[in-house]
Amino acid sequence: MNNITRQPLQLAFTLLGGLILLFILAPLVGMFFATSPSDLFTTVKEKEVTDSIWLTLWVSMAGTLFFAIAAIPLSYLLARKQFPLKKVVTGIIDLPVVIPHSAAGIAILGFVSRDSVVGKMGQAIGLNFVGHSAGIAVAMAFVSIPFLINAARDGFSGVPVRLEKAALSLGASPARVFFTVSLPLAWRNIVSGLILMFARGMSEFGAVIVVAYHPMITPVLIYERFGAFGLKYARPVSVLFILVSLTLFIILRLLAKEREERNQE
Amino acid sequence: MLELRNISKRFPGFYLDRISLMVQEGEYFMLLGDSGAGKSLLLEIIAGLTYPDSGTIIMNGADITGRKIQDRSIGLVFQDYAIFPHMSIFDNIAYPLHGSGLSTVERKTRVTSLAEKMGIVHLLHRRPGTLSGGELQRAALARTLAQEPKILLLDEPLSSLDPRLRTGLRSLLRQIHREGQTIIHVTHDYEEALALSDTVAIINNGKIIQNGPPAEVFRHPKSEFVAHFTGIRNFFRVSLVTDHGALFAKVNENLRFRILHENLTGTGHILFRGEEVILSNEELHSSITNTFKGTVREIVNSQSGPEVVIDIGVDISARITPESRSNLGLTEESAIFAGLKASSILYIPD
Repeated sequence: MNNITRQPLQLAFTLLGGLILLFILAPLVGMFFATSPSDLFTTVKEKEVTDSIWLTLWVSMAGTLFFAIAAIPLSYLLARKQFPLKKVVTGIIDLPVVIPHSAAGIAILGFVSRDSVVGKMGQAIGLNFVGHSAGIAVAMAFVSIPFLINAARDGFSGVPVRLEKAALSLGASPARVFFTVSLPLAWRNIVSGLILMFARGMSEFGAVIVVAYHPMITPVLIYERFGAFGLKYARPVSVLFILVSLTLFIILRLLAKEREERNQE
Repeated sequence: MLELRNISKRFPGFYLDRISLMVQEGEYFMLLGDSGAGKSLLLEIIAGLTYPDSGTIIMNGADITGRKIQDRSIGLVFQDYAIFPHMSIFDNIAYPLHGSGLSTVERKTRVTSLAEKMGIVHLLHRRPGTLSGGELQRAALARTLAQEPKILLLDEPLSSLDPRLRTGLRSLLRQIHREGQTIIHVTHDYEEALALSDTVAIINNGKIIQNGPPAEVFRHPKSEFVAHFTGIRNFFRVSLVTDHGALFAKVNENLRFRILHENLTGTGHILFRGEEVILSNEELHSSITNTFKGTVREIVNSQSGPEVVIDIGVDISARITPESRSNLGLTEESAIFAGLKASSILYIPD
């Protein structure tokens, strides 16, 4: 009886699931087929394109690593400590995910512009955020940092407190416990978070375009080509950017996995 | 060496109530109690993992109540071992040696010698995930001993091991203790207390009810709980002898019990329950191999029926029903035969 009632349901769910997969894949596959290899090849040789992809990758990577220095300790605090207004803090961390990114860009622009305190501090050391890769990194990090903090917090929560206490009872200082026990055991989640933050930062458009139209990151370049020349010209850059991103993520995932397996031997 | 004065700690639904105790240097101190009695919590308070609400902990004359875990020099072997899963066994054991001023070679020598002592030298380069409970236990012990703790705390170290491994670890603990290590060991198993400890403290509902040498505590329980918990009044120090191929536990020159055990020589304790002792006015001729003639010393009435203390050269205790008591016409000073099957006697080797 159970089997009979279950089968049509399973069939319906499979069909609905298939539609969703199609919804994700169809536009991407369509775009790939609509781009001729020769167009792609020409695009690869364009300096403007390769420069912009390179800029997007390294700025997102630099922003991720720079902000991780403070984000990882914050994740640890969130996982381990109870403090007043902890729920409010958790809510604040998720804010960048829910606010419109162009609005986020406006907010960041106000924050780092030449008249602001941060802008003035930057200028004092010769750093100009607006229209500069540093500004792009800030905008990318702003919208993507929740991914790292949440993943790392889950990682630290999964480390048994007993192991940390055991390390303390073996005479280790709290700093040594953090670096030798908590951090390595949460590492898998942290790497996941870093990859997510990097990926999300790289694909950011709305916040970045407000802070820095130039130098041009690839999402802005794609938008500009679409606006100026139309779909046909925007497509090869899009395909190339997707290919580069996918390759990079596969490599990063494989590296992380290999490291983990080596650790488990 | 270590003194707890009126240590109290309140948790929802649980209260550790003004615990005071004293542990001497080189002593093997056993905390015996049911699960949930508060014994693990007390260990955590001594180690510094948890702070008491009130009371004082004194170690070697210094008040360490508020001292941080890492500054106490008290080693704790956790019940679940708490071996770092991402490090090799070698790195686990070497963990407390960081910053000890030892060179790499000295550190290696120290780790290897500890591993040899624990019998795990062949496992040093393995990952913890591939080890058995007994092996992890030894690794955890080696790691804790590497920091040369002033006091070694053991939380139920034998409970999750099978009987064969238990015997091995028991003799290892005895050896560590012989070398002068002060040990506080938490258990729910009175056999462990009897086999290992110098002093035993019985803890129930967050209170220490009785403490002293194990033989003293078990033989003269001060409360119904202790009597019920240990349950056994009959235990004697013995040495094993064989006679015409049969194994006997000799209490003294005039008294020996026929027992069954794989060991044929050695010393230890025997114990049996009062319920296993059969009383008769005439000598028994049955499969019962131990029959003794004795005199009733005392009859104590308790909730679980009369307890009869009989002198058979040593005092043994028998539990009978009130009907049996009247059928046998038992009174103090009456003569009686006491019988006991060899298989009812448990032998615990040293």
